Amino acid sequence: MSTAETLADSASETLPDALREEIRLLGQHEAHPRAACIEALQRVQREFRWVSDAHLREVAGLLGMSAADLDGVATYFNLIFRRPVGRRVLLLCDSVSCWLMGRERLEAHLSARLGIRPGQTTPDGDVTLLPTVCLGHCDHAPALMLGDALHGDVDTQKLDAILEAAG
Amino acid sequence: MTERPLTGRIRPGAPPPDREAYERAGGYQAMRRALLHMTPEEVVGDVTKSGLRGRGGAGFGTGQKWSFVPKPKPGQRRYLVANADEMEPGTFKDRLLLEGDPHQLVEAVVVSAYALQATDAYIFVRGEYKLAIARLTQAIGEATAAGYLGTDILGAGYALSLHLHASAGRYICGEETALLTALEGRRALPRSKPPFPQVSGLWGAPSVVNNVETLCNVPHIVNNGPEWFKGLGIGPDGGTKLYGMSGRVRRPGAWELPIGTPLREILEEHAGGMQEGYRLRALLPGGASTAFLGADQLDIPMDYGSVEKAGSRLGTGTAIVLDDRACPVGMIRNLEHFFAQESCGWCTPCRDGLPWVERMLQALEEGDGEDEDLAQLQRHVGLLGMGKTFCAHAPGAMAPLGSGLQKFREEFAQHVHQHRCPWPAGGLH
Repeated sequence: MSTAETLADSASETLPDALREEIRLLGQHEAHPRAACIEALQRVQREFRWVSDAHLREVAGLLGMSAADLDGVATYFNLIFRRPVGRRVLLLCDSVSCWLMGRERLEAHLSARLGIRPGQTTPDGDVTLLPTVCLGHCDHAPALMLGDALHGDVDTQKLDAILEAAG
Repeated sequence: MTERPLTGRIRPGAPPPDREAYERAGGYQAMRRALLHMTPEEVVGDVTKSGLRGRGGAGFGTGQKWSFVPKPKPGQRRYLVANADEMEPGTFKDRLLLEGDPHQLVEAVVVSAYALQATDAYIFVRGEYKLAIARLTQAIGEATAAGYLGTDILGAGYALSLHLHASAGRYICGEETALLTALEGRRALPRSKPPFPQVSGLWGAPSVVNNVETLCNVPHIVNNGPEWFKGLGIGPDGGTKLYGMSGRVRRPGAWELPIGTPLREILEEHAGGMQEGYRLRALLPGGASTAFLGADQLDIPMDYGSVEKAGSRLGTGTAIVLDDRACPVGMIRNLEHFFAQESCGWCTPCRDGLPWVERMLQALEEGDGEDEDLAQLQRHVGLLGMGKTFCAHAPGAMAPLGSGLQKFREEFAQHVHQHRCPWPAGGLH
């Protein structure tokens, strides 16, 4: 199987009933149900790591939106993934303070180590490498996030340790 | 000793004060004072008299901003939003307040919402700030349990629901009208003004959006009065400011200092000067969308008027330092890549102009630049300037470019004439 197939496999065709109910309630708590759409997409992503077309259609239906309308929102936000991602997403800051502090070297190191370019996922589906805007950790540049964990003052040695510890 | 009202309760490395610890340290006194002993108008009056100006970048007078909200109508919803979407490159000051003292923001929101007679409040926080989100969630829970949020707060007959919204990226959400659009669950495009959000904001209702640091000043103004606040600053502006510095300085960080502290003092005393082997070439005083100041401009007091007079903006007050071993053209290319990527795409000059600028800078870095490119870049500074675009995104992007073309004229020319970047690997060691 290709990387894409390995990853896409994780998104089943329909959302679990509990999640559907949760999303419906999120919508009900708002003056207008669509206000809950980002949070709803984040919930789907927490479970499936990305938002498939089938899941997008379901969420849209639950919040009274058209699929096209919701897709417009989903594709606008860079932390909503409309394509499969790996088990771990590595967000490597590419903004100015990290650039000044040597983030290019980190990117080169990561690409060599993982065998992928930014935007790609390792063939085993482990890591997706994404460039990201300033993480607000500039006093500890260069910075990155692996999953929910923020890391600062990263050099190539520390980067290896982070990848291995979380592996 | 310098007073540090905003960060006085923050202990680096330690968990933030919970509600009880916050109250033992004087927290929630401003809420009691405002809700039990002051009218909303009196709170607005104190904030106006204090001269507090927005700490998120634009520097608009907070009292003045609030004064545009029409009088409440029975049954009408009104909104206050704390803008915690800190995404200006080089800026990490609100993170300190969110993670270090979340109850301070909750109290600030309650007091400010009371002043505005808001029915609902939001904290709009960027999704990447996971620790801040966890700590704010806990603080909101504790405040709700204590009866500081919800119906009939302190028996004063005032009700407020506070919602935490974790966003999902995109710099433009920090622009107040784009932020409101994002809260409505739409593509976060900025809206035309007028109508201003104070009149027609979230779902068409009166809405005020204030930066986190701005709001955190409000309880202290209520507690200590506007005159005290004015006395905290050096020079014309009142209060303290969270200043920060990143780049090749010895001790990058953020510090709460009297507003108007000279740039030299921030760099030399607080950031510890430049790292061994690096010299200061220039700096962006207040984030990516502010113009470069040169190494000969360090005596500027970091207040709104002085930095503007020097040709830049105070912005967020967190400076990014360019050293002599990194390529200035490369740095500007990095900045313009950010702005091109983060353009919302709504208006043509920004959507098409910024990638064009980025490509020209990239060509210069790769040795493919021509003299004409420098003139083209200069032309874009005007074409994408203030008044030519739908919002301030592209004009912000032109601040480092325009000032960079002046300050680094020689370095730009070297890229053209040597057909390469004179810095090995962009100077990034």
